[in-house]
Amino acid sequence: MADDTTSASAGTLTQFQTDPTHYRHWTLRKDGAVATLALHVQEEEGLGDKYLLKQNSYDLGVDIELADAVQRLRFEHPEVKALVLSSEVARIFCAGANIYMLGKSTHAFKVNFCKYTNETRLGIEDLSANSGVRSIAALNGTAAGGGYELALACDQIVLVDDGNSAVSFPEVPLLAVLPGTGGLTRLVDKRRIRRDRADIFCTIAEGLKGKRAKEWGLVDEAPSKTGFAAAVAKRSADLVTTATRRAAAPVVLPRIDLQQDGLRLAGRYVEVVSDTTTRVADLLVRGPEAVEPCDRAGMLAKGAELWALRAMRELDLCLLHLRVDFPEINIVRVRTQGDVTKLLAVDAALLAHADDGFLHEVRLNMARTLRRYDLTAKSLFALVEPGSCFAGSLLELLLGADRAYGLIAKDGGRLAFSAMNDGALPMSHGITRLQARFCADMAAAASARAALPAAGADIEACERAGLMTMALDELDYEDEVRLAVEERASLSPDALTGMEASLRFPGPETCESKIFARLSAWQNWIFQRPNATGPKGALTNYGLPTRPAFDYRRT
Amino acid sequence: MSLHDRIPNNVDLCNDRRLQKALEQWQPRFLDWWLEMGPDGFQTKDVYLRTAVSVDRDGWATFEHVKMPDYRWGIFLTPEERKRPVGFGDNPDIESFEEVPGEFRNPLRRLIVTQGDTEPASVEQQRLLGRTCPSLYDLRNLFQVNVEEGRHLWAMVYLLHRHFGRDGRDEADELLARRSGDANKPRILETFNQPIRHWLSFFCFTMFTDRDGKYQLGALAESGFAPMRRTCQFMLTEEAHHLFVGETGITRVLRRSAQLAKLFDGDVVKGGGIPLEIVQRYINYWFSYSLDLFGSEISSNSADFFAMGLKGRFDEEKKYADHSAREGFMNVPVIEAGRVTQRQVPLRNALNEVLRDDYIKDCERAVKGWNRALEEEGSSFRVTLPNRRFHRHLGEYAQHSFTTDGELLADAGTADAYYASMLPSEADEAYVDSLMVGVTKPGAFANWIAPPKNGINSQALDFEYVKL
Repeated sequence: MADDTTSASAGTLTQFQTDPTHYRHWTLRKDGAVATLALHVQEEEGLGDKYLLKQNSYDLGVDIELADAVQRLRFEHPEVKALVLSSEVARIFCAGANIYMLGKSTHAFKVNFCKYTNETRLGIEDLSANSGVRSIAALNGTAAGGGYELALACDQIVLVDDGNSAVSFPEVPLLAVLPGTGGLTRLVDKRRIRRDRADIFCTIAEGLKGKRAKEWGLVDEAPSKTGFAAAVAKRSADLVTTATRRAAAPVVLPRIDLQQDGLRLAGRYVEVVSDTTTRVADLLVRGPEAVEPCDRAGMLAKGAELWALRAMRELDLCLLHLRVDFPEINIVRVRTQGDVTKLLAVDAALLAHADDGFLHEVRLNMARTLRRYDLTAKSLFALVEPGSCFAGSLLELLLGADRAYGLIAKDGGRLAFSAMNDGALPMSHGITRLQARFCADMAAAASARAALPAAGADIEACERAGLMTMALDELDYEDEVRLAVEERASLSPDALTGMEASLRFPGPETCESKIFARLSAWQNWIFQRPNATGPKGALTNYGLPTRPAFDYRRT
Repeated sequence: MSLHDRIPNNVDLCNDRRLQKALEQWQPRFLDWWLEMGPDGFQTKDVYLRTAVSVDRDGWATFEHVKMPDYRWGIFLTPEERKRPVGFGDNPDIESFEEVPGEFRNPLRRLIVTQGDTEPASVEQQRLLGRTCPSLYDLRNLFQVNVEEGRHLWAMVYLLHRHFGRDGRDEADELLARRSGDANKPRILETFNQPIRHWLSFFCFTMFTDRDGKYQLGALAESGFAPMRRTCQFMLTEEAHHLFVGETGITRVLRRSAQLAKLFDGDVVKGGGIPLEIVQRYINYWFSYSLDLFGSEISSNSADFFAMGLKGRFDEEKKYADHSAREGFMNVPVIEAGRVTQRQVPLRNALNEVLRDDYIKDCERAVKGWNRALEEEGSSFRVTLPNRRFHRHLGEYAQHSFTTDGELLADAGTADAYYASMLPSEADEAYVDSLMVGVTKPGAFANWIAPPKNGINSQALDFEYVKL
C-alpha cells in the first residue's frame, strides 16, 4: 500500500478498523483501574511487505491498533482510571516509526501517516485532559524518535536507569528529518525543557540516559531496574486515586461495515461518493431519525448505535479513507440531510446528560472527529439545500468548511445553533468553529450566534449574519456552485493544502495546533528536500552502504 | 608520587592539564572499583605480572612480582612512523583525524564506550575464580588477564577524557558504575553479563569472548581516528596473551579428559575429570554467545562506521585491495517464511558478518589444534563449533532456534529440549563446580587439567607465580 503511488480507488481500502482479537502488536491488560498497553511489534507483520518492524518500530498498522485500543478504553472499559504504556520487548520501549517503511513510502503516504499518528497521540492527551484517564509511559528500555514522542504524549514518563536505556530524538542527526509526531513542540511547550537543552537533545542521536534525562526534565523519574515496576505501580496507583473519570456502563464498539460499491462508500448515516475524473467527492451526513431517543435511559440502551456515536464513527472512517485511499480527490462537497428540530433535541439531550461517562465520551468522540475534518487536506465546500440539516453539531461541518453555498428556496435549508456550537466541540487551536469563522473576533462571533433564533433561520438571514459565503437563488445556484467547484479542482493541490491550512485556524494557538501547523508543515517540506529524500539524502541512504551528502546552503 | 609518574604513558600526560585533571578524579574511582570488583581475596598478594612501561621492544613486557592494586596501569599509543591517510571508506585519501571530527563525535564515542564497557566487565565476571585456581600458573594468568583488561579500560578512558570533553568524563564514570550481571546497571552487551562460575567457563571466555575483542580491536586498529587506531594496536599486543590462556587452557582440559578416559575405561567422571561432552556443551555456549558480539548480520551502523572511516575490516590495510567496499554484495542467510534463504546484502551493510567470518575461521583453526591434541591422546572424540545460527540472542537468528548444524527448528517445544541437551545444564555446572578446588602448591596442577608445556617468561612450572 505504501508503495502505491496512485491510490486504492480501484478497490482495496486501508483497513482502519481492528479489535483486540486481531491485535498483533499490542496487548491490553487490566489490573483493577489500571490498564496497561504493552507493545510487542511483530517484525514480519507490517502492513507493507518490504520492511521488517525491528526494535519495536511501528508502521500505520501498529498505530491503528493503538488508536483502537485507546478508543476502546473510552467506551468499553469505563472502570479504567489510569493508562500505562509499556513494552514487552527487553531493553527497548519503542524505536519510533520504521525508517525503511518511511524510506519506501510516497510523500503523500508519509504525510498521512504522520497526521494519523499525531491524531492518535493527541487522542491519548485528550483522554487525559477530558476523560480523566491520565497516562504513564513506562520506558523499560530505550525510547527513540517516535518512541519518545509516544512517551511525550503521556502525562508522566518513567525511564529505567540501567546505564543503557535512553530517550532520544535521532531524526535530525541520523535522518535529516524532524521528529514527526509532535516531539519538538511537546519538548518545549508541554514539558518545558529549556530551549538550549532541547537543542542539544535533538542533535545527539543516542539521546540521554536516566540521570541526565531526569535532570533535564525529559523524564519524570529514572528508577533502577529493580525499582522500575514498583515506581510505575506507585505512580499508576496515585493516578487512580486522584482520577476524575465519570461513571459509565461499558459500551462495546462494533465493527462498522461501510458498503463499498465502486467509488461509493456508504454507512447508515454517512456516505461518500468519489469521482476521480473530476477530482470531486460528495460527502453526505444524515441527521438522526425520528425514533432516535433523547431520554437518558433510551440513549444508554442504544449504546454504540446512538446516532451521535454511530454517525461520527462513520464520518471518521470516511475521512480516513478520503485522505489515504483517495489522494486524487481535491474537493469535497459536504451536504447534510435530516430534521433540524430532531437534531437540536439530540444535541440538547447529549449535553444534559453529560454526567454519564458514556454520553460524555460520545461528545468527545464527536469533537475529535470534527478536528479530523478540519485537518483533512481537501477543499471543503458546504452546500445547503432543501432538506439539509446544518444544525448544532452538524452545523460544525459548515462552519469548518472553506466555503458555504446555499440555495434560496421555499422550504429551503436553514441553519440553527445548539449549545454544541458554544465550545463543546473545539477546534485544535482551542476556539469554536464559529469563533474561527470570525477570525477569533469573539464579539462578532457572539453577535452572529445571537442573530439566529433558536429554531434557526433561512440561508438569506444566515448570509446577512455572516454565516454563508453565498445564498443563491435557483437561477444562479447550480451554475455558480459548478463553476466554483470546477475552478477549485483545477488549482494546485499543494498550494490549496497550504492555503487552507493557513486560513482555517485564525486566532490563538495550542500545543495541538502548533504540532500540525508548524511541525507538520516543516516536516513535510523537509521530507521533500534533497537533503532528506534526494539521491544523496540522509533518509534515502539510511541503511544503505552509502553516506548522505548535504547541500549546505540554508534555505 | 605525581600522577604522571604513577601512570606510565607516551601521551605527554605531564604536559596535558586537561587530561591530568580528568584522571586525577577518575583514577581514585578506578582504584575503588578495582578493590570492590577486582579479583577477590588476592589484592595483597605478590603476583608475577607483566607490565607495560613503554612502547619499545623492552618496555612493553616487564616482568616482576607486584601487588595488583600497585600495578602501574599505563596509557600507550603505538607510535606511527609515517603519516597515514584514513585509508578506507568514503574518503580514504584524506589525512587521519588526530582530533575527533565533530560530525563523527557521537558514533566514535559510542564505539569507544561499547568497547570500553567490555573491559571492566570481564574483570567483574572473573572476580571469584582465584579461590579455585587449578595451579599458581593459572592463577597468575587469570590476574594477568585481569590487570590488562583494567589497562584496556584505561586506554578507552584515555580516549574519552582526552577527546570528548565533559560527556567523555561522564561516560568514563559510567564505565565504573555499570556492573556485570547487575539487575539495575548491567553491562551493555549481554555476553558480558553471563556469569563465569568456574575455570572451564574462564578458558572458554578467554578463548571465544576475548577473541571477539581481538577482531573488534583489529577493526578499530584500522581506524581513521589516529588515537584510537594507535591505542587499539597496542591493546592487541596484550590481547594475544589472553587468547593464549584460553586456547591452551581448553587444550589442557581436553588432553586431561582424554587421558582420564583411557585410565578409567572411558569413565572420565570416575577419574575426576570433565567429560568431553560437557566441554563440548561449554564450547557451544560460549562460542554462540561470543558470536552475538559482532552485532546484527545486516547493519546500517557497520556501513556508517566504515563509510566514515572509523572502523575498518580486520587487517583492512594489509588484506584488501578495494578499500571503499562500495561495490559488491554478500549473501547472508536469513529466515523468511519459516525457511533459511539467502539474501543479497550490500557489502558495507554486511561488514559485521565479514568480521564474524574472520573470527569463525580463527576459531576453527583452534578447534583443529584441540582435535590434534585429542588424537595424540588416543581419543576418538572430536570437538566441533556449532553453526553460527545456533543459540543466538541478537541479529537475524535471535528469534528462531537452530540445530548445531544450522537447521531451523520450527517447533518451540522441540527447540527448548534440543537446546537443553546442547548447552551446559545445571547438573553440568554443579559437576564442574565440584571439581574446582584451589591448588596452590608451586608446580602442582588440579587433576582435571593437564600442565602447560612451558612456564611464563621462561620460568619453570614450579615457579612461585603468586606468593600466597
